[in-house]
Amino acid sequence: MLYDFSILTSKIHNWLFAHCSPFWTMMFEFIMVGVCVLGICVLLALIFVYMERKVAAFMQIRLGPNRVGPKGIFQAVADVLKLVLKEGFSPRTSDKFLFNLAPFIVMTVAMLVLAPIPFAKGLQMYDINIGVFYISAVSSISVIGILMAGWASNSKYSLLGAMRSGAQIVSYELSAGLSIIVIVALAGSMSMNDIVESQRTGWWIFKGHIPALIAFVIFIIAGTAELNRAPFDMAEAESELTAGFHTEYTGMRFAMFFMAEYVNMFTVCAIGATLFLGGWMPFHVSNFEGFNHIMDFVPPIVWFFGKTFFLIFVIMWFRWTFPRLRIDQLLTLEWKYLMPISLVNMILVALIVIMGWHF
Amino acid sequence: MQYIVTYIGTIFRALNSLRKGMKLTGYYFTHHKQIVTQQYPENRKEMFIGERFRGEVVLTHDANNEHRCTGCTACEIACPNGTIKILYKNVVDTETGKKKKAIDEFVYHLGMCTFCNLCIIACPTDAIVMSHDFEHSTYDRKPLNKILNKPGSKLMKGVED
Repeated sequence: MLYDFSILTSKIHNWLFAHCSPFWTMMFEFIMVGVCVLGICVLLALIFVYMERKVAAFMQIRLGPNRVGPKGIFQAVADVLKLVLKEGFSPRTSDKFLFNLAPFIVMTVAMLVLAPIPFAKGLQMYDINIGVFYISAVSSISVIGILMAGWASNSKYSLLGAMRSGAQIVSYELSAGLSIIVIVALAGSMSMNDIVESQRTGWWIFKGHIPALIAFVIFIIAGTAELNRAPFDMAEAESELTAGFHTEYTGMRFAMFFMAEYVNMFTVCAIGATLFLGGWMPFHVSNFEGFNHIMDFVPPIVWFFGKTFFLIFVIMWFRWTFPRLRIDQLLTLEWKYLMPISLVNMILVALIVIMGWHF
Repeated sequence: MQYIVTYIGTIFRALNSLRKGMKLTGYYFTHHKQIVTQQYPENRKEMFIGERFRGEVVLTHDANNEHRCTGCTACEIACPNGTIKILYKNVVDTETGKKKKAIDEFVYHLGMCTFCNLCIIACPTDAIVMSHDFEHSTYDRKPLNKILNKPGSKLMKGVED
């Protein structure tokens, strides 16, 4: 098979194993993976900030950043430099320990969720057999970080934003989880690798009939809500809460919240791409051997990032099109629409799987 | 039963309205040739400025170096923050030989101006207008205190009648 990363990774592992004790092998591998994750996070945040601003500009018939570097590509770098140089200020009446801890929790969770995502064939940090379950469990921890930030800031805007964020993430976790279950039922496994492998003949969004399509739409809506992005940015709500839970944050700590938001956006889109759009699997049409063969020549990593960036673009498209929901409309949407629909949808999928109607 | 029909109807109407919004922004995204923002320092020559743009107050002079300001101080009274100050001098009318008041200096403090346009509205003789010149930044405060009437200028004939 072309472009298999497991050859490279096993080579590194064997070389390390031959030169160090098992403990140090593991340690070195941890360090390597950690450095890679940090690098990915920073790089993704830089790319997304630039992409977001350009997409927003084009949707509003503007030009966007175009002064720093050719076509403004160094704008995000300049922004980061500015944030690094700023004073890390914490309010006098805040709870200093929790205030400083909160951004690290949010950032750590954002990085942890990256672990079971298969970026390409053999390029995965942690092949865990309950990958999807792990993601939905770990991603909920970020609520604690957000609530901590809101409470420790000792400011009414922060607290209100954090409470809203808590209510929102807890509610939308349900319909996101239920739409993930649809794919778990179809693929018959929770492991991310198995789910990707089960889409070798076709992506679930095509193979799973209408229920998979409904699950995909619900997943994207619930994912946008979990990210606290517009039209669900109740937690920030500039016009009513200044900046929500990170009102009091400055400099690098603010940058960490910001980075965590973009890394989470990447994660949600990567999960969506893996579950519904086949992850790193190329686009195949059955009975078109020549076409399928050409598609195989595009590296899996390009497929994965292409699908993920497409979903990210869709989420940005939402942000710059729809107005913000009110908090009661937000909860109505979840509890009266998405949740019952995804429950019915789940039963339909169970029926399809039991009767073997899917391809 | 009726409830279920309305429920499903709401979902489809909601999806349709979302599709409409996304269609419009998608159209803008794919047709980004019709940019509305102007690239200011580069397009100084062919820059478009709207008719009602308020750059600074100017006293219009014609080719004979004559203006239309009678010195009635309506603008000075109308100004909310004391931007305009009119100083007088006595001149002798060449035809009738009478002494009368005329403006000596039309002082305009650009640094204090909020470009509210009230002076232009107040002016009974349409002597002052807002120009489109907006590049006012300086390193010193002094150039912002302007005298609007040109040296040697005088009142246009027939304005006071």
